[in-house]
Amino acid sequence: MGLNSGGLALLVTLVLALMGAVVLGVAVGSVPIPPGEVLDTVLRGLSGNLREEDVIIWDIRLPRVVMAVLVGACLSVCGGAFQGVFRNPLADPYLLGVASGAAVGATAGLLLDLPRGLIPLLAMLTALGAVAVTLLLGRSGRRYPPTRLILAGVVVGSFLSAVTTFLIMRGEDRAREVLAYTLGDLSFASWADIAQVLPYALLGCGALLALGRALDLLQLGDLTAASLGLPVEKLRLLVIVAASLATAAAVSYTGIIGFVGLIVPHTVRLIWGPSYRTLLPISALAGGLLLVLADLLARTTPLYQVGIVTTLLGGPFFLYLLRRVRV
Amino acid sequence: MSQTFAAQGLNAYAGDAHAVQDVSVSFAAGQLSAVIGPNGAGKSTLLRAMLGLTPPHSGAVELLGQPLAAWTRTERARQLAYLAQTEALPLDAQVRDIVALGRGAGEWKWGLFPVRPWSEEDEAAVLDAMTRTDTLAFAERRISELSGGEAQRAALARALAARPHFLILDEPTNHLDLAYALDVMRYLRAEVDRGVGVIAVLHDLNLAARADHLVLLHGGRVLAAGTPAQVLTPQNLQAAYGVRVEVVQAGERLVIVPVE
Repeated sequence: MGLNSGGLALLVTLVLALMGAVVLGVAVGSVPIPPGEVLDTVLRGLSGNLREEDVIIWDIRLPRVVMAVLVGACLSVCGGAFQGVFRNPLADPYLLGVASGAAVGATAGLLLDLPRGLIPLLAMLTALGAVAVTLLLGRSGRRYPPTRLILAGVVVGSFLSAVTTFLIMRGEDRAREVLAYTLGDLSFASWADIAQVLPYALLGCGALLALGRALDLLQLGDLTAASLGLPVEKLRLLVIVAASLATAAAVSYTGIIGFVGLIVPHTVRLIWGPSYRTLLPISALAGGLLLVLADLLARTTPLYQVGIVTTLLGGPFFLYLLRRVRV
Repeated sequence: MSQTFAAQGLNAYAGDAHAVQDVSVSFAAGQLSAVIGPNGAGKSTLLRAMLGLTPPHSGAVELLGQPLAAWTRTERARQLAYLAQTEALPLDAQVRDIVALGRGAGEWKWGLFPVRPWSEEDEAAVLDAMTRTDTLAFAERRISELSGGEAQRAALARALAARPHFLILDEPTNHLDLAYALDVMRYLRAEVDRGVGVIAVLHDLNLAARADHLVLLHGGRVLAAGTPAQVLTPQNLQAAYGVRVEVVQAGERLVIVPVE
């Protein structure tokens, strides 16, 4: 199952690119900072010897970049796992309504003028609530057939989007603020936010990464996988719960960043092959890289927000890749 | 210890249909058994119910003299390899990786997290399965680059990689040209000679005539069971298929010819 030498070289390139992008992401801004100084500051921060002038790098720029890596990795791993567990190339982490659920909570929280710190918590609650409703609607006896779940997810997602739109229309004068929040935005990211997202991300994505071999077996079909000793229904439920926790945390703190969870796993699959044992960890790296770069573009161009960048550029890039690489 | 995989008074449903009704069958290790019968006779459902893939409604299934429920999921998967009617092989995967998935049944933490590292024995079993199905030559190719016959051999190698006691196949020769179908029968016979109990649903009665033991199903019940000579009679076949046939002795095998 190991990677061939070409795949390994590309993987090393990916890791280096990610590290480079992180440095670049911190260096670029209204006041450019030389990369060497970025590294020095990070080292000082890690050893607890921060100076007063390090605040810009350590407390403003770095959290934003770290959050981009974290959320990009999360969405990509969850998207890849969903594509595997639903055996559906169109699956993304928002398939079961987690994003529309978060949007309802965030919108309601903003319009009710809840304290800023409470809004992500409310968003996370409604996000997980939406997935729970999808599971209830999609279940059939003790089983969760993929097609039923996907359909239930579409219904729940559409319903909640309508609720969000209704709320926005009612709070018309604040539509821009709500839209900015829900469209995916990393500009508020702080270390405190990262500390909130991290446990869910580690728990959820960690479980998914450990399920790589199980997901590989599932690609043979439910019956065959079950005959090979895989508890198919348990696996499906576990993947849904793990991915929903990680995704809900990510979107609740940074908004609904589109397309990353769909195109990153596909891109990785095209380059490194279909095994989920390699696909999920490499997707984490690639997703982190993509989101750091997208956020960089969002900050330095008039595209406003990272969610707009990923959706606007992600699609054409993916089409380009599909045409270039022979499947 | 009885070397059989057997069902006693088995009832099972396919959706709402009572597809298997009070079926008692016994398949022996070291024998090639074929399950035959017209479409909808309950052949696939019988095998799935015996494998525990469709929960049986009532009745008992025994593997090597022990109730199926007494085996752990992992042990059961090691003893019984199953090749589904339409094995959905992922198109962009390499043949070797697919075959390696056949080793999937191992000690898994909570049945989900693999805790057993890939071993020499795993590697040997995969190599062995590919050698026996002549798939080694295209081990590095992707499934999408294979012909139908090659893909079926890869799927067979996947099933053999478990080194099972019983190999259960649902229409393994479906969609295959005559030469490929005979290839599959040859591979199955080789497994039988190694002591594996092979149980195959077969549509082609002339292929089924090559089996050691036949079970003829009709309307979810066993119409006849025994040697090809005992089961493949014009009376039985007319009763099951509603078609008049002639059974001709050709060399050491029987040949079925419809006469309508």
